[in-house]
Amino acid sequence: MENLISITLNSIFISNILLAYFLGMCSFLAISKNIDTATGLGMAVVFVLTITTPANWLIYNFLLAPGALSWAGFPEADLSYLKFIIFIAVIAAIVQIVEMAIDRYSPALYAALGVFLPLIAVNCAVLGTSLFMVERSYTFIETIFFGFGSGIGWLLAIVSMAAIKKKLKYADVPRGLEGFGISMIVTGLMAMAFMLFSGITL
Amino acid sequence: MSESTDKLITTASEPVWKNNPISIQYLGICSALAVTVQMKTAIIMSLSLMFVVAFSNLTVSLLRSIIPRNIRILVELVIISTLVILADQVLRAFLYDISKQLSIFVGLIITNCIVMGRAETYALNNPPIQSFADGIGSGMGYGLVLTSAAFLRELFGSGSIMGYNVIPSSFYDAGYENMGLMLLAPGAFIIIGLFSWMQQTIMNK
Repeated sequence: MENLISITLNSIFISNILLAYFLGMCSFLAISKNIDTATGLGMAVVFVLTITTPANWLIYNFLLAPGALSWAGFPEADLSYLKFIIFIAVIAAIVQIVEMAIDRYSPALYAALGVFLPLIAVNCAVLGTSLFMVERSYTFIETIFFGFGSGIGWLLAIVSMAAIKKKLKYADVPRGLEGFGISMIVTGLMAMAFMLFSGITL
Repeated sequence: MSESTDKLITTASEPVWKNNPISIQYLGICSALAVTVQMKTAIIMSLSLMFVVAFSNLTVSLLRSIIPRNIRILVELVIISTLVILADQVLRAFLYDISKQLSIFVGLIITNCIVMGRAETYALNNPPIQSFADGIGSGMGYGLVLTSAAFLRELFGSGSIMGYNVIPSSFYDAGYENMGLMLLAPGAFIIIGLFSWMQQTIMNK
């Protein structure tokens, strides 16, 4: 149990997927202009990450990992080199299914998240979390918490960025530094603030 | 020089500086920040990306009249993933240490917006040779930002360039210290921010 709490907190604060590993920067820079849309996209990312990371764990450990096919009579097979293409296909398919399911059962949620869902398929935070899960060889339960925690970390980062950008409108930024430049520097300062959490050990 | 080669050179050189994928078009920033702690990893990463974007542009452009409009993103993803698997396997076979350091970031070329972006906006509407040149140019523009960021981060963060120490030991004796911040994530954000500031200022003159 403590292990799970520590994985979750670690992925939210200390190794935040955006501020420590730089994943999901593209949509982070493009969508963080307005707090409401940022929250919507963040929620959608949490949702998709919590589903796709465990799904990819199952596929990797029962089909692709070295020796994983022994249940089918191929103990020698090692398909792990296929993981990139399979993971991205799984992510794209799940995003599509989730989109249809939400549209069918909860039109209100669909109205809030709908436009963001297709964007998420190519968000590197989603693929990155699945690849980190393989690299760190988590167990299935750990994977669920890791996926959820990474999503929350991303949500936290994009919502705070949107809030900062709102205040930034009133600031007098030098010409040339406006837009992209100042966003990067603000993100750098935010990353510095998040690094303070690394003193916390559980 | 004939007119067509002239045009090819312009196509290839435009994304290097004037229309740089990272600092002007703001694409593909994820990996740009993560692999720039050392110059060696930055150069290998740029070469892998250049390979992937050039050949994915070429393939998409060759197939552009066959790909059905509504599933084009899927087709592009399959082409890109195949090229990335190729690049990853080559790195594993010949440069195992560096491929370990690059960790998951080679795989993340798949979702790198530069590759998708160039395939969508350029390769789908232009002939193969030009698309290939555009891919090489985008790869070089990406490499330019990556290597300059890596140069600064490695020089100030660990006092070396390409793994060789360049700061003389007398400096350290006199009290010079490496700047630890450069090696951490915030250093990368700030360097890229300042790079874009410099470029905007030079270009607006």
